[in-house]
Amino acid sequence: MNQKAVLVLGGGIAGIQASIDLGNMGARVYLVEKKPSIGGRMAQLDKTFPTNDCAMCILAPKMIECANHENITLLTYSELVEIHGETGRFKARIMKKARFVEEDKCVGCGDCAEKCPTKVADEFNAGLGQRKAIYKYFPQAVPSTYVIDPDHCRLFHGKKCGVCEKICKAKAVNYGQKDREIVLDVGAVIMATGFDLYDVSGLSEYGWGKIKNVLTAMQFERMICASGPTMGHLKRPSDGKEPKTMAFIQCVGSRDVRHKKYCSAVCCMHATKEAILAHEHYPELSSTIFYMDMRAVGKGFQDYIERAKTEYAVEYVRARPGRITENEENLNPVIHYEDTNTRELKAREFDMVILSQALMPSESNAAVAEKIGVSLDDCGFVSPSQDFLNPFATDRRGVFACGFCQSPMDVPDSVVRASAAASKAAEALATR
Amino acid sequence: MSDTMRVGVFVCHCGTNIGGIVNVPQVVDYARTLPCVACAEGSLYTCSEDGLSTIANKIKELRLNRVVVASCTPRTHETLFRKNCERAGLNKYLFEFVNLREHCSWVHMNKPEQATLKAMDLVRMGVAKVSLLKPRDDLSTAVLQAALVLGGGISGLSSALVLANQGYRVELVEKNEELGGLLRFVNRVFPSHRRTTDLLDPLVEAVLKHPNIRVHLGAELKAVKGFVGNFTAAIQERGESRDLNVGTIIVAVGAQVHKPEDAFGYGRFDNVMTQLDFEGRCGGYDTFNRVVMISCVGARNEDRSYCGRFCCIVALKNALLVKEANPRAHVTILHRDVMAVGKLYEDYYRQALEKGVTFVRFDKSNPPEVKGAGGRAEKVRVKDTLMGREIELEADLVLLTTPLVPAEDNGVLSQMMKVPLGMDGFFLEAHQKLRPVEFPADGIYVAGCARYPAEISESIAQALAAAAKAAVPMAMGRVVTDAFVAEIDPAQCSACGRCVTVCPFGAVDWSEAGAPDHGEKSVAAVNPAECKGCGLCAASCLSGAIRLSGFTDEQILAMIGNQR
Repeated sequence: MNQKAVLVLGGGIAGIQASIDLGNMGARVYLVEKKPSIGGRMAQLDKTFPTNDCAMCILAPKMIECANHENITLLTYSELVEIHGETGRFKARIMKKARFVEEDKCVGCGDCAEKCPTKVADEFNAGLGQRKAIYKYFPQAVPSTYVIDPDHCRLFHGKKCGVCEKICKAKAVNYGQKDREIVLDVGAVIMATGFDLYDVSGLSEYGWGKIKNVLTAMQFERMICASGPTMGHLKRPSDGKEPKTMAFIQCVGSRDVRHKKYCSAVCCMHATKEAILAHEHYPELSSTIFYMDMRAVGKGFQDYIERAKTEYAVEYVRARPGRITENEENLNPVIHYEDTNTRELKAREFDMVILSQALMPSESNAAVAEKIGVSLDDCGFVSPSQDFLNPFATDRRGVFACGFCQSPMDVPDSVVRASAAASKAAEALATR
Repeated sequence: MSDTMRVGVFVCHCGTNIGGIVNVPQVVDYARTLPCVACAEGSLYTCSEDGLSTIANKIKELRLNRVVVASCTPRTHETLFRKNCERAGLNKYLFEFVNLREHCSWVHMNKPEQATLKAMDLVRMGVAKVSLLKPRDDLSTAVLQAALVLGGGISGLSSALVLANQGYRVELVEKNEELGGLLRFVNRVFPSHRRTTDLLDPLVEAVLKHPNIRVHLGAELKAVKGFVGNFTAAIQERGESRDLNVGTIIVAVGAQVHKPEDAFGYGRFDNVMTQLDFEGRCGGYDTFNRVVMISCVGARNEDRSYCGRFCCIVALKNALLVKEANPRAHVTILHRDVMAVGKLYEDYYRQALEKGVTFVRFDKSNPPEVKGAGGRAEKVRVKDTLMGREIELEADLVLLTTPLVPAEDNGVLSQMMKVPLGMDGFFLEAHQKLRPVEFPADGIYVAGCARYPAEISESIAQALAAAAKAAVPMAMGRVVTDAFVAEIDPAQCSACGRCVTVCPFGAVDWSEAGAPDHGEKSVAAVNPAECKGCGLCAASCLSGAIRLSGFTDEQILAMIGNQR
């Protein structure tokens, strides 16, 4: 497979795995990621079900393996502009966005961010914390290069500043850096564009954004993560107190024809994991999970649910809550629901409520698919393959898809499918 | 050691995992006072690019000739740190890992001061050992460009074809006389409802006529010897024995259907059958008017805790096929949860609801009851949890939705290949999240229902993934392994044979050449390519003839001697 190259779009766990497998098989790989670091959504997670492995602890070695691999070129903070050609002969144009920090000079020391005067809501921490206008995407970012966010940097708004340039001992800051275009010749393409979080403010009945102690599952992941904005301490946004009772509401925006009609596939398990983690941090804390069907279908998942019930004080209530209100005195969210097993209408108060929000194809997925000429289904996922024997084929030959952009799926399924797509890409290069 | 010893010690906070309990700055200060330590540094994440470049820079700057990292677990991070040393010009065997997380901060969470003292002890022991390490070279072996695929079902066929298309020779071993596996008994596939044979037959044909694939039907695996790159598999093919030489092995032996003897009238009533029994009739979808299906038969219970993953979807498929053939038929699915995960299956579930399939939820503690007379089931009673009362459904067909269960010979195969089985009897992968199709042993991979029930597309995905893993050593032509292996001093070997018996990897065997002192008597010898460095042989040797490199008596005693 010498001299043959593959373009991988998306640097989450699927893109990383596909790149490593192809690189190990001797193919040249270009891994394009729009964010400043590879790692994707898995990097934001605290631990992973059902083994409770720390997500970063198992992901970081893969990220570094990718970065250090002699056959893999990382193109972070980059996007696909256009692509022409066919299997074995694609020509792709990639836009490498200006970081305003030189990748080969920055040592990632962080002096710049410490002195930067501008604070911005931190996207990586699901808006819970703040970052500076010059920032590293997350502590273990690969590459560890800082980046200036021109939308918020004072200097880019005509104000006087330039602090980061002055403070940088490595002379890495370069306000004049321009976007750069790179042209790549590749034989095959793998789409691994992943997912975004559905905006739950559209579900006004649950009050997210208005009721302070209602958070999304991703906000919870960041809060309970040791490297997150609260250093792993659970704190109610309203008063900073540790919660004693928590509730999780499942299918928030999922399995709901008003929002996303599909099942997001991972929420039953991540809610269970989050309830387990909360109890591990605070043994007096108990959680209640409101669900429709407890879809624990993977290896070891049922045992995990049983352990949650028996060892971690997790209660499962079959109900689809209709409404959350706020107790004006203590700011506790109150969940109004019908327990479908007892057929009673109830209102229960909790210290904190976590919404398992729907997950959807990455917002850039539609644009990427259009540029490549790959069709999407009615929900924005890559259309299911028509080839029974190759579930990774798209309707453009030589282009394969894997991971969440195909359908909601968890980490092991994404990893399997990434390796499988790598296999098909290798086959396409070999048999062309 | 003529050169002066210059040890670098790097202590990781691991976010708050270590730093939240152990006083890392204090451990770093302490490390600086230890003999031969040229530098000691702390870092928030030593595994981050920052942390790694700090180590590399210090190696170059201070000409460090030994490195100790005190952080998390060698399981996930040792290779990374060793490679990092190598890149900075230091032989990777001059590195020692100290585990301050699993061995210290996590287990002494509530005693931060004592944990800090213990961390200092562990670092001192690491420094004592690292000085005694010797540079070594990796071991390298050639890899045969051929794969053995065990099992001719959808998984095995998919693995075989994709590897063959990449130019590798494939030996496909199937114990039955026909390829196709369990799918041979499935009438139509979900969600397209296409005939299974329309999809399977072209695949089987492509495999049978592929010049790179040799198909062995009616063949059973009898023994496996060797290691990644060079396995010899002895098979019995239609009564004849033969040896197959391959570089890699993919285990795709599938699973079997659970027969729910005595449950819900199965075996007692003619019209109570499993979903697969029903499919075996190949049609007859329009001959029933009142169909009741019972989910989770033999699954998610005390005997078998797991969920069969796709059994609900099989039930949806047969329910839809019955409704399509006979729209007036009443089809009721009695379930505990409908496991329609993801996009395609949730759509499929909604389609069944729209077509009028009725879903009734029951509780595990209150299972349905099948009633009948004269060898035929007539009614099913169940407590509907949504209505809160018992209902009775008439039935002219009762289908039991059962999970796949592990194949009978998994145990034998697992011992033969020295790969593990889980508690549930399925093959156990190396890591559930990130190495789902690999085994701990190199060169052997797993796919499909051998690992856990998997629907067709998932089986194909795993088969292709396993093929990708198998292609790596074959594409490279060589595998390079760590030199942490046992060595036997023939002069000291008393030929008792304990090490030969105790080795779980079959790496110790009788040597052809006798040692000088033993005359013609044979002694034990280790094949370094098969040795995993577990140390069992060294521990069992009564003569002290076995050394495990990287863990010699001298090195271990130095660590113990440096305890407080």
